[in-house]
Amino acid sequence: MPGVLPPTYDRTVTHGMSPNVGHDDIARFNLLTNLNVHLGQSIFPGTKLAFENRVEPEFKRANGRAFDDQREMRAAMRADPLYQMWAALRRTTMEMRQQSGRQIVFRQREQLSAKAQSFNDGANTLQLDPSVEIPDYLSSVDNHWMPGSYYTETAPGDVAAGACYEIGLFVTTAGSMSARGDGGGRTLVSFLREQHPEFQPRRILDLGGGMGVNSVPLAQAYPDAEVIVADVAAPSLRFGHARARALGIGNIRFVQMGIDDLRFEPESFDWIQSTMVWHETSAATLIDGMKQIYGLLKPGGLTLHIEQPNFTDKTTLWEKFTRDWDSWYNNEPFWAKLHTMDVFQVMADAGFARDKMFDEGVEADIEQGLYQSWASTLSRHKPELKRAGAAQNDGARKGERWYLFGAWK
Amino acid sequence: MTDIDVNALANAKARGERPYFFDDPAVERVLSITMAVATELAVMRERMDTIERLLEAGTPVTKANIDAYRPGDEAARERQQWHADYIARILRIVHQELEALKNPDLNVNSEELSDKQVAG
Repeated sequence: MPGVLPPTYDRTVTHGMSPNVGHDDIARFNLLTNLNVHLGQSIFPGTKLAFENRVEPEFKRANGRAFDDQREMRAAMRADPLYQMWAALRRTTMEMRQQSGRQIVFRQREQLSAKAQSFNDGANTLQLDPSVEIPDYLSSVDNHWMPGSYYTETAPGDVAAGACYEIGLFVTTAGSMSARGDGGGRTLVSFLREQHPEFQPRRILDLGGGMGVNSVPLAQAYPDAEVIVADVAAPSLRFGHARARALGIGNIRFVQMGIDDLRFEPESFDWIQSTMVWHETSAATLIDGMKQIYGLLKPGGLTLHIEQPNFTDKTTLWEKFTRDWDSWYNNEPFWAKLHTMDVFQVMADAGFARDKMFDEGVEADIEQGLYQSWASTLSRHKPELKRAGAAQNDGARKGERWYLFGAWK
Repeated sequence: MTDIDVNALANAKARGERPYFFDDPAVERVLSITMAVATELAVMRERMDTIERLLEAGTPVTKANIDAYRPGDEAARERQQWHADYIARILRIVHQELEALKNPDLNVNSEELSDKQVAG
């Protein structure tokens, strides 16, 4: 079947902290990007067919009833040969992405550290705190099989974790986070400009913002505001600060601080953001974090979160299985639990008023003109986001949509 | 320059038990190695494509020129199409199984058919 051809890796936009990527590195990323597209587009639909034509009927025949729950269904799926092949290929493709990216970054680790140092030295906008502990939701397993995760330092002044994350993102998402990887941040900005043009935040907190890829667009959109990125991962913050400086962004601060221990003045922020962060934390952190957010927001302030949409009564067992997959096999263990938590209830328990809460399927703002005209992007989360979009904003606009929830204080 | 073991760092294991999806983990090991080798062949092919395009343009084929080469839109499309076709070729058996799943009539068993004819 004629499929989508993703953009080539050389169309990503580089900056003063980008590692040097050679011809064969790009070729390797191109193959892996195409492989991801192929797995998602051509083989993944077959796993649904295997479920419907083979796994489910066989279970019903043997047990005289339908699956009781996901656990039962997962066990049955794990025995299906086509599913096994798709899952094994997806797993190995992710491992190859990590390996290829690390090969690029670690052979120039010292040069990258030195570059970062030249941007970071003497800056009071990078505040590292070695006493910050890595929470166990990050330290138990490495998220998306990223060896060492966001936080491991392999040498003093290391920035490798940040650099690895940034260059590999394109491969896994087939470029759908935009050529700068900042689709999340850009989408927030276009959402606010369109829906709340009167909102002019002066102080913005980006929780778990890491290397600030999605924080930079906020700083650019609101040049009079100060953006503070809080994260526990020193190498990511170091890289992010240098990256922001290399891009000429001055109104952004990188602070080593966990979501579990936000030490800021009460009611001191106009906007508190998290972009694809909660699913890498825990239920306790989400519940407590939302309370802290409420306390840190000024009256009239806004909190926004780009996240996985919750399951609803209409979510089928198949959808649950596929949407929870990353929780079991992509080392994002809170992902499944988050699907079942009522985030509106969490916000209500934190103090937010029900009539000030909202959620939307927001059209992703992917910068046009950077990719080849034939290239069309896709995200591994596209099906569910499309669903969320359809539920929220039926047919209003055409593009891919990302799920967003939030509240005004 | 500090002496660092790039391969050890690049190949490091992520924290967390690796899931194996096939009944026999040996199958998965071989698949993983096969896909890595397949990837390297595609890398070589893209490099060859660059060399051909440099030759066609009359540009000296030097290591520096190869590394500096960036395809235009049309060349990029052709190269991505090659990757897509290549992946479809090497994953042929998976797609044939998928096709048979869609259409079980494709799976008539010749042993059974032959035995039936012998018996008849």
